[in-house]
Amino acid sequence: MEDFAERAVDLDRVDGILEETRASHGSRKSRPIGPDDLIPLLQRIQDAYGYLPYPVLERVNERTSIPLSRMFGVITFYAQFYTEPHGRHTIRCCQGTACHVKGGKRIAETIANHLKVEEGGTTDDMRFTFETVACLGTCFLAPVIMVDDDYYGQLTPDRIERILEKYD
Amino acid sequence: MAHRKIRNAADLAAFREEILAGRKGIRSRVLICMTGCRALGAAELSRAFSAKIREAGLDGEIAVVETGCIGQCSRAPLVLIEPQDYLYGNVKPKDVDEIVETTLRAGKPVERLCDVAAGSPADTGGAAGKTGGSGSRSGSGSKNGQRTCTASQVGFYKNQRRDVLASCGRIDPKKIEEAVAVGSYLAAAKALQDMSPEEVIEEVKAAGLRGRGGAGFPTGVKWGFCRRAAGEVKYLICNADEGDPGAFMDRAVLEGTPHQVIEGMIIAAYAIGAAAGYIYVRAEYPIAVEHINLAIAEARSCGLLGEDILGSGFGFDIEVRMGAGAFVCGEETALIASLEGRRGMPRPRPPFPANSGFRGKPTNINNVETLANVPGIILNGRKKYGSVGTEGSKGTKIFALAGKVRHTGLVEVPMGATLRQIVFSIGGGVQKDKAFKAAQMGGPSGGCVPADYLDLPIDYDSVKQIGAIMGSGGLIVMDEETCMVDVARFFLEFTQKESCGKCVPCRVGTRHMVDILTRICNGEGREGDIEELEDLAQAVQKSSLCGLGQTAPNPVLTTIRYFRDEYEAHIKERRCPAGVCKALITYTIDKETCIACGRCRKVCPVDVISGEKKVPHEIDTAGCIRCGNCRDVCPVDAVKVS
Repeated sequence: MEDFAERAVDLDRVDGILEETRASHGSRKSRPIGPDDLIPLLQRIQDAYGYLPYPVLERVNERTSIPLSRMFGVITFYAQFYTEPHGRHTIRCCQGTACHVKGGKRIAETIANHLKVEEGGTTDDMRFTFETVACLGTCFLAPVIMVDDDYYGQLTPDRIERILEKYD
Repeated sequence: MAHRKIRNAADLAAFREEILAGRKGIRSRVLICMTGCRALGAAELSRAFSAKIREAGLDGEIAVVETGCIGQCSRAPLVLIEPQDYLYGNVKPKDVDEIVETTLRAGKPVERLCDVAAGSPADTGGAAGKTGGSGSRSGSGSKNGQRTCTASQVGFYKNQRRDVLASCGRIDPKKIEEAVAVGSYLAAAKALQDMSPEEVIEEVKAAGLRGRGGAGFPTGVKWGFCRRAAGEVKYLICNADEGDPGAFMDRAVLEGTPHQVIEGMIIAAYAIGAAAGYIYVRAEYPIAVEHINLAIAEARSCGLLGEDILGSGFGFDIEVRMGAGAFVCGEETALIASLEGRRGMPRPRPPFPANSGFRGKPTNINNVETLANVPGIILNGRKKYGSVGTEGSKGTKIFALAGKVRHTGLVEVPMGATLRQIVFSIGGGVQKDKAFKAAQMGGPSGGCVPADYLDLPIDYDSVKQIGAIMGSGGLIVMDEETCMVDVARFFLEFTQKESCGKCVPCRVGTRHMVDILTRICNGEGREGDIEELEDLAQAVQKSSLCGLGQTAPNPVLTTIRYFRDEYEAHIKERRCPAGVCKALITYTIDKETCIACGRCRKVCPVDVISGEKKVPHEIDTAGCIRCGNCRDVCPVDAVKVS
């Protein structure tokens, strides 16, 4: 935890995000932020900060009275939340059924070998975070990876290096 | 965005007239899939079309329309030309000039971009022989090399019945005008103005619609429970947490025809008496999230969501919630927990959500495809809907066809179609003429259906009888090079990872099963492992809290049931017949076939391939990590696995 606290974090942004969340209740009148809103709220915070910094969560707790324990319960349950900074680019390597039968595991191994990171890890230069996902729902492209919002399909291991070169 | 308010059915009709009148000058539409095909360059293609058409001075008469999934994803990027219905695949920006000149100006097809018959008579014959079946013809009817240009004549489409997907890939999902032009919201108008909620429920019940999320529970009955449940406040939830690996139907429907889902939700909400609705969609589907949000905003701006919809006095609105990466949230009680901002863990039922769901209020949860079926039922009536399908399963089913099949993509067939029709007539058979081994249906909750059942009419009940489930509709084709033990391990690893840990049978039982499967794949299987797997499977099935655990053993049980010999080969002979399990295989290069091109040498990550130009290559098996890269790149199939 000390680790998070030491990093300088812009706390003003989270106030804006809380406001936005309050306003996003559709045409239904604006109601105060409650535990129901926790997941969309955390998603917005992570979009803005790139991860979920501890001081920001403390601030959310002050402003909304959602207990930190509840936040951490949720954060640790869902695969998409992380409390550590991620790389500038996220590689998501699909491990779905279609990808599996078409060599998706080898694509993952190639990426891990090439970047010298384990699944879930971030390169030392913060360039890439490498994740595997259960299925990207683009099975016709198998085997497939996503780098940020770009899809790369029908992959062979030898194409990986060229693809990753494009991101710095 | 400001839209005119649509206050009643007459306004809707007038709006539609206006849209259609506005299109009078347009003599042709160029439809470009901008969802799945985006991964293969559809965006550049669309820009190229727009630029060329402007340059040619055709912008007043030809419209470029960015659509949802057209269906035959294996030929992406796809372009469909209306009104001729010419379907072009693998289209590159450099093809645009020719398409504009030949098709848009002269009305003729560009043959080289059209579909080639799925296979020559020789190669499909081979595939059929190997499956032990007969008559697995490619189905497209044309001879080898012949091109089919009209979409409805292409084998992939000819054998489908696209009712729910009728407008998917035919309209721009980001414009409400496009949806209204093809009749969206007519069913909502009919339901809200001419029918009582009870009549709506009765119609859906009588049509025989069953939940498309997998379990197949009658939708109308479910609505009835929620309608009758005590309480003023009720909720409707659309389950778009399509987590099954190998399924993408819901993604395609949300991306391609979001208004159809919204309309289904309006009708469902009216039937059960809900004023608020949620769509719980996976965050892994950015395009679906974008399209559904846009569609909701447009519908709201037209007055089709909000207070007093279509002058009926009924009010309803929808909020989109994104999942955060937990497969178990597809289970309804876990989904509700997640919507409430909690860890997505299921709870015992009863009480069922129909009585006590979201925020403790009566809640009805339907899957995307189920809701997309609803407008058609209301508009065309129970009779027409019920005329399609089998005795117990009515209507059509959308399948996400993928894996080792020639034509992957989005497929809709009547309930009761056979696997052979789907895999061979529509899918064009197995890739590279390999033998069909099994189709995995229903994802991690489903099972592997072997070639013996290729001719079984598929509906909810028949699939259950052979140990699989219809599931949400993922259909992965597997060939002779797929190891069934490895597949079972793959699914168990998945469910094990996704098990929320609340109940012991699922948490511990799946772990044990993975351990056993892993040791079998590693060549350390023991006598009695198969029996132990079966025992554990039964225990996990019977005693798990929710559907995730109850169905998790299905992939193991079906593979043991139909492919026991493969398990035995791993355990007794330390052999992987499909050549997949790394610990049990060796790679060698056949010297006779090797052309010494050096490609394998280049891709070998551990540099154990030796050889030079004109000297046949060799693999030092001691250092080989069996990654298979060499086999992938070999142009002459000289790399052998044993």
